[in-house]
Amino acid sequence: MSTFDVSSGRTPTTGRRRAVGRSSAGDAPNRRNTELLMLGFALVIPMLAYANVGLAMDGSLPAGMLKVGLGMSALAVGAHLAVRRFAPYADPLLLPLATLLNGLGLVMIWRLDKAGKLLIKNFAAAPNQLMWSGLGVAMFIGVVILLKDHRILQRYTYISMVVALVLLAAPAFFPSRAEDFGAKIWIRFGSFSIQPGEFAKIILTVFFAGFLMVKKDALALASRKFMGLYLPRGRDLGPIVVVWLLSILILVFETDLGSSFLFFGLFVVMLYVATERTSWIVFGLTMSLGGAAVVASAEPHVKTRINAWLDPMAAFGPKPPSQSSEQIGQTLMSLGSGGTVGTGLGQGRSWLIQFAAKSDFILGSFGEELGLTGLMALFMIYGLVVQRGLRTALAARDPFGKLLAVGLSSAFALQVFVVAGGVTGLIPLTGMTMPFLAQGGSSLVANWALIAILMKISDTARRPAVEPAAIPEPAGPERLGAGPGAPDESRGATS
Amino acid sequence: MNKPIRRVSIFCLVLILALMLRVNWVQGVQASTWANNPHNDRTKYDKYAYPRGNIIVGGQAVTKSDFVNGLRYKYKRSWVDGPMYAPVTGYSSQTYDASQLEKLEDGILSGTDSRLFFRNTLDMLTGKPKQGGDVVTTIDPKVQKAGFEGLGNKKGAAVAIDPKTGAILGLVSTPSYDPGTFAGGTKDDEKAWTALDSDPNKPMLNRALRETYPPGSTFKLVTAATAFETGKYQSPSDVTDTPDQYILPGTSTPLINASPTEDCGNATVQHAMDLSCNTVFGKMGAELGGDKLRAQAEKFGFNKEVTIPIRADASHFPSGSKPDGTAMDAIGQHDTRATPLQMAMVAAAIANNGSLMEPYLVAQEGSAGNVISTHTEHQLSQAVSPATAQKLQQLMESVVQHGTGTNAKIPGVTVGGKTGTAQHGQDNSGLPFAWFVSYAKGQDGKQVAVAVVVEDGSSEAQQISGGSLAAPIAKAMMQAALGK
Repeated sequence: MSTFDVSSGRTPTTGRRRAVGRSSAGDAPNRRNTELLMLGFALVIPMLAYANVGLAMDGSLPAGMLKVGLGMSALAVGAHLAVRRFAPYADPLLLPLATLLNGLGLVMIWRLDKAGKLLIKNFAAAPNQLMWSGLGVAMFIGVVILLKDHRILQRYTYISMVVALVLLAAPAFFPSRAEDFGAKIWIRFGSFSIQPGEFAKIILTVFFAGFLMVKKDALALASRKFMGLYLPRGRDLGPIVVVWLLSILILVFETDLGSSFLFFGLFVVMLYVATERTSWIVFGLTMSLGGAAVVASAEPHVKTRINAWLDPMAAFGPKPPSQSSEQIGQTLMSLGSGGTVGTGLGQGRSWLIQFAAKSDFILGSFGEELGLTGLMALFMIYGLVVQRGLRTALAARDPFGKLLAVGLSSAFALQVFVVAGGVTGLIPLTGMTMPFLAQGGSSLVANWALIAILMKISDTARRPAVEPAAIPEPAGPERLGAGPGAPDESRGATS
Repeated sequence: MNKPIRRVSIFCLVLILALMLRVNWVQGVQASTWANNPHNDRTKYDKYAYPRGNIIVGGQAVTKSDFVNGLRYKYKRSWVDGPMYAPVTGYSSQTYDASQLEKLEDGILSGTDSRLFFRNTLDMLTGKPKQGGDVVTTIDPKVQKAGFEGLGNKKGAAVAIDPKTGAILGLVSTPSYDPGTFAGGTKDDEKAWTALDSDPNKPMLNRALRETYPPGSTFKLVTAATAFETGKYQSPSDVTDTPDQYILPGTSTPLINASPTEDCGNATVQHAMDLSCNTVFGKMGAELGGDKLRAQAEKFGFNKEVTIPIRADASHFPSGSKPDGTAMDAIGQHDTRATPLQMAMVAAAIANNGSLMEPYLVAQEGSAGNVISTHTEHQLSQAVSPATAQKLQQLMESVVQHGTGTNAKIPGVTVGGKTGTAQHGQDNSGLPFAWFVSYAKGQDGKQVAVAVVVEDGSSEAQQISGGSLAAPIAKAMMQAALGK
């Protein structure tokens, strides 16, 4: 950690927030009451949406309104109380944002359940999703309580690597089903299935953060300058080559374009943050583009996806290309029919998307029923989650925390981009789910864990440094607690 | 480490911004393209999401919107007396799109027409359920029924027009179909559609508008009109210089009359019309020449499509026929072809003293309770001078009084008509088409012009004649129109 960090830590933004924190909250520098208030909104909005769907589709309020409302409130308040007790200085927005997304997803899944026979193989997925939401929040509470300090995770760097590799490799050994459209990303036990990639995302980030914290100096300093770029030494190239190979292997054996892109992108971002060397980005881009080009030309599955992206309506033609699917075309028609303000909840016909309407393509339903306005709001919420996470990275005082926070936030951002971009036809479609919104237990639980870790990091970052500061100066805790605390960063680096 | 974090932060922001731009593009700029994409089934479902407006005949709706509350479709179209009104309404099916008025007036019926915007907005604000507008037709249910029942099981078509306004009072085509049998989306609907679509009798063909027949002797009215208009003859009593046996010019083929006993040599125009002499009008046509005949035929509306607003095929009078061909063209054979609507227009123009009014089927368009457009009558052409029209009326009235059209006589009503028995097929081997073209004028000033064609009135060619098969149907329709 250099003098550079110390100087850049004192930005006008952090200074202003420090002032606000002191004036409004007095000697309670945490923002728990803000969180509780925001949580209220995050509960009321989905409940209103729930009522809206019931009124639009049945002409009456949903029967389970009170029960579901109380249940969800209990979960949210439980999470809030856990945060109040075990992470009192954590970011006040992350929990409400995640709650809002989770709630809206539940409402939309319930609404699609009500499409009944219009959706092939439709079954009531909302109760299941509600149960998984409960497990997700339980996971959140568990992490908040049990993870005393995020730096503990650093001890498990290499175990994380092994676990992540096992998780990633596992689906390749399980048979895939016809309706998975060629992607092998599930582990199934009878009717129960998990998507290990969602957990691997977090565990890999832990590994990258731990690994890079140790190696960053070697990677950053020992390099030769060549044509304006700092090229790493051959032996330091090892890890990046391994990760690159890994993502290519995922692509080949599990035909999972999305995860492959996500993991490689994540690694390049973290490498860049750790070493501050732009050359890694150039390197990473070259390698990923090269790898993608080779695999795309060899793998029929990937080629199909790219063709479907280039011409989404080909599947509707008299001679649809083999393995083509109407999904993207249907989603685009869904979005177009929704227009600026949408049809209103419960009044669209997004069940026309059919396969995966509740999971990968749930954004189509939101786009049709809430319109452009609704999608912009959703992207805004996702953007806020990412920015709160990155702010946590800025505020964190230890490099491991910084790397972990930046990794988790950018993984989240990349996933949102890859899924939403694929569904709206911006980039080729890959099989991943929209965090919190889409049907899928693994994704919910993993993302709640992700939010919990981010909040623990932000709690540590914003917690008043009691031990050294309490005795000499009374104003110390407040000053250090609210701001990112640039002086502490050097302490974190030396520890 | 903060500088790269800030850069990553900007990168993530760019990703989110890219998504936002993308949805703005898809849902803003391209929205209507995707919404109206032919593969977007929502347009179909929307059409039946609320009650469709009705098509009105004689003050009564002949269409209904049944609330079926299906999975995809909330409403389904049904028809009152479907087969009788099918040539007017057309069909509106969940699976097979729509036709005729149901399609052409879809904007009004489904309520999406921009002229209904104010009404729709008002309904939305006052909380009234959305509803389509109504289309009021000119059809007189009694005339329609007389024509439909008159044709019965026979194949054919009939059109009745009010000569003074152009309002279409009857539009019949048989065999017909019940549009209600395939309005839905079930297997039965599919079966019904397939059966109708593959039926050799073509029940879904609107013969009154979309089938052109050789008009046969009914075309002699146009030939006579040309002769009077060009001054070849001055009056119906003028004697024509016609030999007993007329050889088609440039050939050695004699043109024969329907019955060899007919006394057509040097007949007057009147006498020739009464007996429907082929020799007289064939020679007359050859002498007038194809160009003059065509000019007159076009004044009556030939060689041009008519939209009422349903499109009717153009009737055809050829150009460039040789003299022997022109002689045949002049008696409605050879290359001359006409729709039943066209021949009704000829009768209407004659009855209306030469003024041909544009035929129309839709009197009014409106939202529930409010009229948003009313048809304004409009002259298509002055087909012949009033003087010529008088002479033609005299000819036609004589045909009904003592000629081939006596079957159309109605006591107390002035009726003029012309029969036709048109040969067709290879070497005229097909069963002839029986025609009757007529008008009637009641004492109260009411008028009606009718054209009827029967394709297969009898299995014996000798039994078929316009006077025996088509005239009674025309008579019934005229009686219905005049209330006699």
